Amino acid sequence: MAAADPTETGETTGVTGTAVAGTATPDHDDAGLEAGLDALETPRRERPSLLTVARTKVLPPVVAVVLVLLVWQLVAAAHIKPSYALPGPIAVWHAFLHQWYLGTVGGIVGTSLGRGALGFLLSVVLGTPLGLVVARVRFVRTAIGPILSGLQALPSVAWVPAAIIWFGLSNATIYAVILLGAVPSIANGLVAGVEQIPPIHLRAGRVLGATGLRGIRHVLLPAALPGYLAGLKQGWAFAWRSLMAAELITTSPDLGLGLGQFLDQGRELSDMPMVLCAIVLILVVGVGIELLVFTPLTRRVLTSRGL
Amino acid sequence: MSQATTLTAATAGAAGDAADPAVRLTGLTKTFGRPGTAPVIDGIDLTVDPGEFVCLLGASGCGKSTLLNIIAGLERPTTGTAETHGPRPALMFQEHALFPWLTAGRNIELALRLRGVPKPRRAGIAAELLDLVRLGGAQRKRVHELSGGMRQRVALARALAQSGAADSADSADGADGSGATGAHPPLLLMDEPFAALDAITRDVLHDELTRIRAARPLTVVFVTHNVREAVRLGERVVLLTSRPGRIAREWRVDLPQPRRIESAGVADLSLEITDQLREEIRRHGRR
Ligand SMILES: Nc1ncnc2c1ncn2[C@@H]1O[C@H](COP(=O)(O)OP(=O)(O)O)[C@@H](O)[C@H]1O
Ligand SMILES: [Mg+2]
Repeated sequence: MAAADPTETGETTGVTGTAVAGTATPDHDDAGLEAGLDALETPRRERPSLLTVARTKVLPPVVAVVLVLLVWQLVAAAHIKPSYALPGPIAVWHAFLHQWYLGTVGGIVGTSLGRGALGFLLSVVLGTPLGLVVARVRFVRTAIGPILSGLQALPSVAWVPAAIIWFGLSNATIYAVILLGAVPSIANGLVAGVEQIPPIHLRAGRVLGATGLRGIRHVLLPAALPGYLAGLKQGWAFAWRSLMAAELITTSPDLGLGLGQFLDQGRELSDMPMVLCAIVLILVVGVGIELLVFTPLTRRVLTSRGL
Repeated sequence: MSQATTLTAATAGAAGDAADPAVRLTGLTKTFGRPGTAPVIDGIDLTVDPGEFVCLLGASGCGKSTLLNIIAGLERPTTGTAETHGPRPALMFQEHALFPWLTAGRNIELALRLRGVPKPRRAGIAAELLDLVRLGGAQRKRVHELSGGMRQRVALARALAQSGAADSADSADGADGSGATGAHPPLLLMDEPFAALDAITRDVLHDELTRIRAARPLTVVFVTHNVREAVRLGERVVLLTSRPGRIAREWRVDLPQPRRIESAGVADLSLEITDQLREEIRRHGRR
């Protein structure tokens, strides 16, 4: 994008040059005409300044968070409920610091993030070929397409009892629940991505000789990428949600201590600041991954395509 | 390949005999849907000589795109045969059909790659083709950063890459064994490629196409509904009727190139063809 713009370099001046001197060959004149047209027609885009971005994109959510914390603190200070039942943000912050000095926070978040990441990757590995087959094979699509969409609507916490019966209180249960939550989203995202491909791209691919596996690799997958990325983003949200549901129920001393188990401990201790601290952490990690990984990735892909 | 279905055994890629036409359509009929419904194309016989520039002219919906798709091997004829000789034909659409996830240069390189051009040569050929359409500086631009006219020029460069028009100069053996080394120049099928452009840009692209064809051997079948465009570009103009699409008449255009679309010669012949076209269209009103 920063590369030399042909419309702004020598060629444009060629137009005036020939007009004044009138000595250029007709062919050169054509080149100048074409360069002039290009210069006139090329869409120009102004990049918004950093200040504008800060004002329009960063400021509103920051204001919203500050307002929520403020209202929360005010409500807590009003003692509508006893403070052990409704602690303010400051009390929750102290609960967090307490855990922080105990040195447990990193381990708890790390355990959950590790499970979430591994479960998500497994879901990608399973969901991608599944989505591809559903999108491309008509029989499979009519056979399991609706089931796949239906599965997406089923709260994955519903799978926890079944998974416990199958796998006991083990990591396998946790991963099974993640997979059941995330695989349908990822597969459906890819199916939607393939459906949104303009038919002209598929025809162009065929004319170019991209058929079979080469067509999938060079045309189908890159063309479906925006929808696929949306599916991945949703898949992560579902994976994280499913993981928390699974961890909350599948608590056992043999299993590592994740955020869900931490939340359950808070409940057992009736320690409301700890419970709220866990909830905020779950929210921050889930949203954080989305903002740090998926949002920039999606934006990059979309802007590079001019969308 | 998909063509195998529409091409007869006579097709043998580079082995095509110099005496063979570039395209031969025999008794070509196409019916969409159930047999018995009215055919879109009915009994077309047409040959295109190697190196010829033929314009297929007809009203909207007369089956021009269908005909071109059959020649390209994207569609099968219902009856009759479509043979092409020489390398696999390239098709250029009304919409640029460039891949938005690739830069202009990479779009062209992908076409080369799919033809089996080895990697070290791709970037060079792509750059050369972009220079040919006077977009040397646009190699790293994305499709959305280009104007409509520039996109069609990149699409033209990609079609040339795909047709093998680019590797005649520097390779002795066509990339997939069907390079432009045989007796047949590459075949470029163009489906109203400039119809979506404004008149000024279209005019410039006419000049460009004429210039490129003067520089390289190329067989072109150009579909349009614009009479003047057909006369401006073609060595032969073939008028198609509508419903069903049949060949009504054809004209040889003996005006020297480069022609100007405003010139008296182009205007005179356009007038004659337009009259005939209108007569064809009127006939539908009377039925
Ligand atoms: N895949 C298809 N299925 C059914 N009808 C089609 C199909 N493709 C084209 N047609 C019909 O065939 C006719 C000719 O279409 P087309 O070849 O696109 O015409 P043109 O390119 O001359 O405008 C139109 O009436 C169109 O509705
Ligand atoms: Mg058409």
